[in-house]
Order: sequence, then structure tokens, then C-alpha cells
Amino acid sequence: MGGKKTSRRDFIKISALGAGGLALANPILNWVPSFFPKEEKPIDESKAKKFPTFCEICFWKCAGFTYLNEDGKIQKIIGNENDPHSNGRFCPRGTGGVGMYYDNDRLKTPLLRVEEKGENVFKKVSWDEALDFIANKMKKISKQFGPESMALLYHASSGSYFKHLLHAYGSSNIAKPSYAQCLGPREAGFVATYGTSVSSPEPVDIKNTQCLVLIGNHVGENMHNGYVQEVSEAIDRGAAIITVDPRFSTIASKSKYWLPIKPATDLALLLSWIHVLIYEDLYDKKYVEKYAFGLEELKLHVKTNTPEWAYSITDIKPELIRNAAYEMAKASPAVIVHPGRHTTWYGDDTQRTRAIAILNALLGSYGRKGGWYFPETKEVPEYPSPAYPHPHWSWQDITKPTYKSAGTGISNDLIKASLPDNKSEHKIKGWLVVGTDLLSTIPGRDITIKAIKNLDLFVVVDTMPMEITGYADVVLPECTYLERYDDIRSNQHRYPNIALRMPAAEPRWDSKPGWWIARELAIRLGLQDYFKWENVEEELDWKFKQMGTSLAEMQKIGVKVYEKEKKLYLNEDEDYFFNTDTGKIELYSLDLETKGYDPMPKYTAHKQPDPGFYRLIYGRAPMHTFGRTSNNPNLVDLKSENELWVNPKIAKILGLEPSQKVWLRNQDKVVSSFPIKVRITERIRHDSVYMVHGFGKTNKNLTRAYGKGANDSELITNIKIDPIMGGTGMRENFVEILITNPKQEVI
Amino acid sequence: MRYAMTMDIKKCVGCSDCVVACQTENNVPSGYCRDWIVENVDGTYPNLEMEIRSERCNHCDDTPCVRTCPTGASHVIEGGIVKVTPAECIGCGACIQACPYDARYFHPDGYVDKCTFCDHRVAKGQDTACVSVCPTHSLAFGDLDDPNSPVSILLRNRKWKVNAPEAGTKPQVYFLI
Repeated sequence: MGGKKTSRRDFIKISALGAGGLALANPILNWVPSFFPKEEKPIDESKAKKFPTFCEICFWKCAGFTYLNEDGKIQKIIGNENDPHSNGRFCPRGTGGVGMYYDNDRLKTPLLRVEEKGENVFKKVSWDEALDFIANKMKKISKQFGPESMALLYHASSGSYFKHLLHAYGSSNIAKPSYAQCLGPREAGFVATYGTSVSSPEPVDIKNTQCLVLIGNHVGENMHNGYVQEVSEAIDRGAAIITVDPRFSTIASKSKYWLPIKPATDLALLLSWIHVLIYEDLYDKKYVEKYAFGLEELKLHVKTNTPEWAYSITDIKPELIRNAAYEMAKASPAVIVHPGRHTTWYGDDTQRTRAIAILNALLGSYGRKGGWYFPETKEVPEYPSPAYPHPHWSWQDITKPTYKSAGTGISNDLIKASLPDNKSEHKIKGWLVVGTDLLSTIPGRDITIKAIKNLDLFVVVDTMPMEITGYADVVLPECTYLERYDDIRSNQHRYPNIALRMPAAEPRWDSKPGWWIARELAIRLGLQDYFKWENVEEELDWKFKQMGTSLAEMQKIGVKVYEKEKKLYLNEDEDYFFNTDTGKIELYSLDLETKGYDPMPKYTAHKQPDPGFYRLIYGRAPMHTFGRTSNNPNLVDLKSENELWVNPKIAKILGLEPSQKVWLRNQDKVVSSFPIKVRITERIRHDSVYMVHGFGKTNKNLTRAYGKGANDSELITNIKIDPIMGGTGMRENFVEILITNPKQEVI
Repeated sequence: MRYAMTMDIKKCVGCSDCVVACQTENNVPSGYCRDWIVENVDGTYPNLEMEIRSERCNHCDDTPCVRTCPTGASHVIEGGIVKVTPAECIGCGACIQACPYDARYFHPDGYVDKCTFCDHRVAKGQDTACVSVCPTHSLAFGDLDDPNSPVSILLRNRKWKVNAPEAGTKPQVYFLI
């Protein structure tokens, strides 16, 4: 039986294998890129070549052009003016994308885990050897357990080719951590209210809004490009911004009202706003009467949720709660209560997002100018291939009985199904992980590692050595987005649009594009009929031609925007059918009630920190994306480590000095792997500490990121699962600040 | 012709895109920068104010850096842009001492380097790299002698301040408040 072998699957440091003569003899490996030529020379655009791309540094996927200088080297990336995601302007991460290409710490060759002298080591192997190994294992898993026992966990753009591969192989056990670890609750909350998810980019009409309400959303520190740009326009127009955040975020500093809320009490505030709008007769009566269901029930439900009631819970003064509500009502319907993006906080997150959805409905903003627009997506045709085999079971059989409103595969549930104590018939035995570092994104590191050790096959496809790479059986080095084609970008927006990514340079070392890897695996699995094209240009050209363009044209323009087929907003008094049971916006959710959940959101108190502990809050810095950019040379220049934000009062009590290094120990006695520098600032509440996510890397192959700062993920061990959709709430973790290394004390 | 830049404090989020764009446009060596971000916080929780600024050489009208340069490497070109000729610079650092804005640095190749207002782009009628990339449109560039330039229009319609006016250098980067 698989998984019972003598070999342990421990973390392997990739450098151990690279030390062999083979690697050093490779002249390319020793090539130090003249990242910056000696004599500083600005780029001469008349001699530069440019190739269209869309960015892979974050999910916003802004389209632009990669510029090669006179020497044929990649020098800069500039936004495409026709792209609605970027409007011709990249964010710092996109501009710094060149650093991803030039990073010499990248994965360079396929690696295979072998046993040598009783120890696990990685051996450098050829692509043939690596792919044959994977295909043989996949055939074995399929024979022994069924193809459904293979799972795909991904985030990279190239995931689309691996998805196709997995479906062709016979499994639909596919999940992205961006659902259950990030935006899942808001999707479920909006589906329960409007019958439609929010999706990405969020269809909020900030460009035309009069009032923008942000619940813990730190736009400007998250650089979701088009969103940041429209907020800036809103500031120019004098729109009122209302920010709810325990931290004085960048956007809080630009807000008309900042509500410095006690963490974990947001739902109480939202219910009190609903109370004010209904009981002070400020809601959009015509809109609610025409489009919404359940007002009377809601009115009764929030009867006691007065601002005075909320004050006792949230620390926000009743007057401030009311004034903020009046501001929203004044702007109605040109008002947006933003759904947020990373919404997996306390476990009742779908219900919190429901309250946000309900507020938007009361304000009449959904489908209205300055509120929410109806987005449109250009459909990308599938390249002709046989029908997929029908899997005998899927993630839905694992997840749906418990988390009835889960909209896609739940990553943490697939991990659970991979554990040795999984007694059900639905067992996962193999993982294909593409462009996501599960150990950084999914809380409960120990559980993930336990699951990994029980796998028969574990393949990681990535550009960089990540925390998870060392646990793989096979590591496949994918080339960066600047060196490859990918599937067509087609996301929702005001106007339907598509974008092309094409290579601007040959892959460095022995890295390969994801589409090539997926296709080569398919051939070895006897699934070549699903990849009938010889190379991806042929496949893309076929698709583009069905969409009224061609690869040749797209190589010139990069982005194509189509005419709209649907309207952007509701017409006055228009009849509109929402995709819910009642055909109306459900203030009272029949769907949730049928599934056995609360039909209307209720406030429940969450744990507050014990004395000596501080709530661990994490967030983003504008120059980094998750844990994926902390080794990028250009972006490390801007921010090389994170800091622990501590209120001056607390710093005084603990005797902390600015930049002093401290260790953190959480409620479950987990200690941070590395110390973190203290930043003493008034911008954080006394009961919380804050750090930017994505630092404290333990993989020594990340020469710039290793040991820099602390990793919030490893301190998140108390996981509050959302009973409605299965998301992992991560904000009920508390830390102590230690001025000496407790691990040394033990010794 | 008098080139100037405006920086809108109300909109800047301090994302540092101006810094990276300058580096990739001008091949600024890793670890160095010609522009940077400043964050000032005032008050006590929860009564707080914050100002975020993108800063660079002010391309002053009255240039202590040029005045102190013993070799003439630091000089002013058309439009008031202050530049350094690397071949003439002996790296004495007098200009670095003289600059009230800390806008100059020692380049690892042995000369003093600083913001050029992207004169190579401006000559072609383009904006500077930082202005053209700024996602929040906080930065604007143009000719103060042209009443229709973006900077002239902004300075007419907005309140503004400059950094260290007491230094008497007449800086040409204006902060819109």
C-alpha cells in the first residue's frame, strides 16, 4: 500500500542537491545577470522591443507590455492603456515584476525525491524522468483508488491547463485557497442575498460613487490596481469615505469617518446601521418594495440593535454610528458598502457579509449608478476535445453535506480528505500543487504536513522554492509569466474584455511553461486527445479566432475590449429577476433557512484577548503580494521585512524600544520561527498587534527572504470554520510579546 | 520654460510604485533610489492624522548643490532641471552636504546621482516615469510657464506647500494639500 513506505517525507532543503558538480558546471547557473549595467542608462524606447503580457504578481492580472532594452534584456513592464484592470498604470508589484524573472533563487531544474544513505534528498533529473515518474504514479493511483483520488490545488494562471488535465484524467477535486482562505464568505453571503456572487474584479461603481464604506478593507495597502485608481478618483470628487478598522490604515487617514472598532465586533456595527436605516426611515423604500423580500422580518430582527446597543460592543460612539449611516443614506443609491476580499475572519463571516449585502439592498445601491454595476465577461470558447469522463465522486461529496453553501472546492477539506484518519470512501492520495504555497496560505500547518506525509504522490509546480517545495516528491520548475504564454485572461468588468500574455524572453535555466508541463503529462497518461494542439500558439489562435480576433492581432494590441451586450445599471422601475428562490433580493434568506442556517445575520460575541495577549491582525503592504514576492529583488528593495505594530502605551508597559526584536508566542504556545522588529505607532489599538503577511520565510533557498520578519501564518492555529461555506476564520489568534527567544531559554 | 512637479497628499497611498518605476526606467542600482516615500503621523489613538508623500530632488531655483560643486559636474539644464555629469564628478560629496532634502546619494560606481526629472522622456514630450506610472494620479508634471500645463492648473486651483521653504532654495516640487 502506498504511504506506508519506510521513507519519511520530510522537508528537504533544495540547496543540498544543487551543490553537486553538475549544477556548478552549468554556465547559465553561474551567470550573474547584469541586472543593472555599470553605467546608468535610461531605456531608449525607440530601440526597445515590447511584448504584451498580463501580470502574475497578483490576481488582478493587469495587462501591459514587457520592454526589452537594446541588448535584448528585459528592463521594464508598463501598463496597457486599453486595459480596464490597469488603465495603463501598473502598481509597484507589477512594475517590479522584472525582479521575478531576474531572481537567481528561482527553481531551475526538475527535482525528484530519492533516498540516499537512508536520507531523503532531491536529485536533479531530466524533464522526461520527472514527468514519467509522475505519470506512472498517477496511473497507479487511478488503478488503485480511482482517478478521483488525485487533487489539484492551484492559484497560478497556468492552473487552467492543469484543471483541464485533471478533468481529462477523471477528477474534479480542484480547489483554490483563494476561496476558503480568502473571498469565499463574501461570495456565499452575496449568493444568499442576490443569487449572484461578487466575483473579481468586484463590480462596484466607485468611479461614480458618493460614499464608499470599507469594513476592514485597506485599499491602498492592498494595491488592487483598478480599485485603488477609482478610489483616488473618488477622493478627487470629494466622495465621502467611511472606514471601519481597528488600525488607522492608509485609507482611514483619507476618510471622512474612521470608526476605530474593537476587533471581532463588526457584525454588531452592521446590524446597528441596518437598525438606523429602517427605524429612522432612511432606506430606499421604492427599491426595497420592488426588489427585496423579508423587510418586515428584518425590521423585527434588528429591533434591539440600536447604536447604543452597538456602542457597548464595538467601542464606537452612537453619534458616530448614526452620522455614518446618515452619510450613506444621503448618498443613496450612489453608495457602496464594499464586500471586502479577504473575509475569512471569525467563522461567522458569511453572515457578516450577508449584513453587508443587506445594507447595500436597503440603500438601493445594487444595480445602480455609483453603487454596483452589472458586470460582463467575454466567454472564451473551449478548444475542441472529447467530453471529460464522469467522476464517481467529487469535492462536493466531501464538503457539501457539512458546508452546504460552499461554492467551489474547499482546500482545507481536500487536505482533510488526505489525512490518514480519513475513514470515508472518499480518499485523496495525490496532490498536484500549482503556484500556491499551501503552508503559507492555509492555516494549521501541522495538519497540512500530516496530510502530505500520507500521500502517494505530491507534485509541486512553481517558479520559486516555497515553504512547501521541500515536502514534494517531484518539483517542477515553471518559467515566470514573462517567459510564457498562458490561457486568455477574461474577467468580468464594465465592458467585456480579453488580454494576451506572451513570452518576452526564453525560459531561464531548465524551466518550462505550465501549458507544456500539463500537455506532456497528458501525453504520458494517454490523454493526448484532450491536447490536440502541438503548441499553445495554435490553441490560443483558434480561440482568438472564435472571438473575432487572432493571435497575430493580439500580439500587437495585447487587450481587446468588446461592446456591451447587457446594461450596466437597472433602468428606472425596471422589472428584474434575481437568481434567488423568491426572485428578489433576500433580506430574509430562504436558501439559508432551508439549509438550517440563520436566515438573517445575528451578532455573537467572539473571544477577546486574555491579559498579556494581543489579537494578531495581519494585512498587506502595497509592494508585496501574499508570501510570493518577499524574495523579489526589486520589491525587497522597497520592503525587506515586516514589523510588529504596537501601540505606544503597550510598548511603555512592556518596555519596548523602536526596532527592538521580539518573539511572539500564541495561545497554543506556538512561537514564531524568527524574531520581528517592533514598530511603535499610534496607528494600532492597544488590544491588538499588526503585521504584514508573507514574511518570516524558513526556506534558506530564498536568500533575500529567509529569516526576515515573522510569519503570521504559523501563529494562526486557532481556526474558526465558517459553518455555511467551510472557510477558515483566522483572526481569533492572540499573541504574547517576548523580549527574549523562548526557544533558547529551554536549552 | 520652468519644469515643476506636484504631489497630491490627499491621494497618495505611499505604494512606492514611483520608486520602482524610477529604478527600472533609469537603471538605478539595486539598493538605491532617486525618489522615496515619507509618512508622518500626528496625534494619539484614535485622534490621528497622517500625511504620506512621495519625495525626490526639488530641482530648486536656487541650487546650493550646484553652487558648492567644485568641478561643475552638478549643473542646471533647460527648464531648471538639475543634473550631474558622472564623468566630471569626483565624488567629493559637497553637494550631498549642501542639499537640504537629502536628495542625492553616492552611486556605487563612484559618482553622485539623483533624480533627473526623466529629462530623456521629457525631451520627447512624455511625463517622467514616476508620474506616468502613479496608480492614484497623485503626481503631475509640466511647465509652469505654460498656463495650461497640468501643474499650472493644479497650482491655481489647489492649496499647496513646499518642503523646507526656510532653506530659501525655491523648490519646484509642490505638495497639494
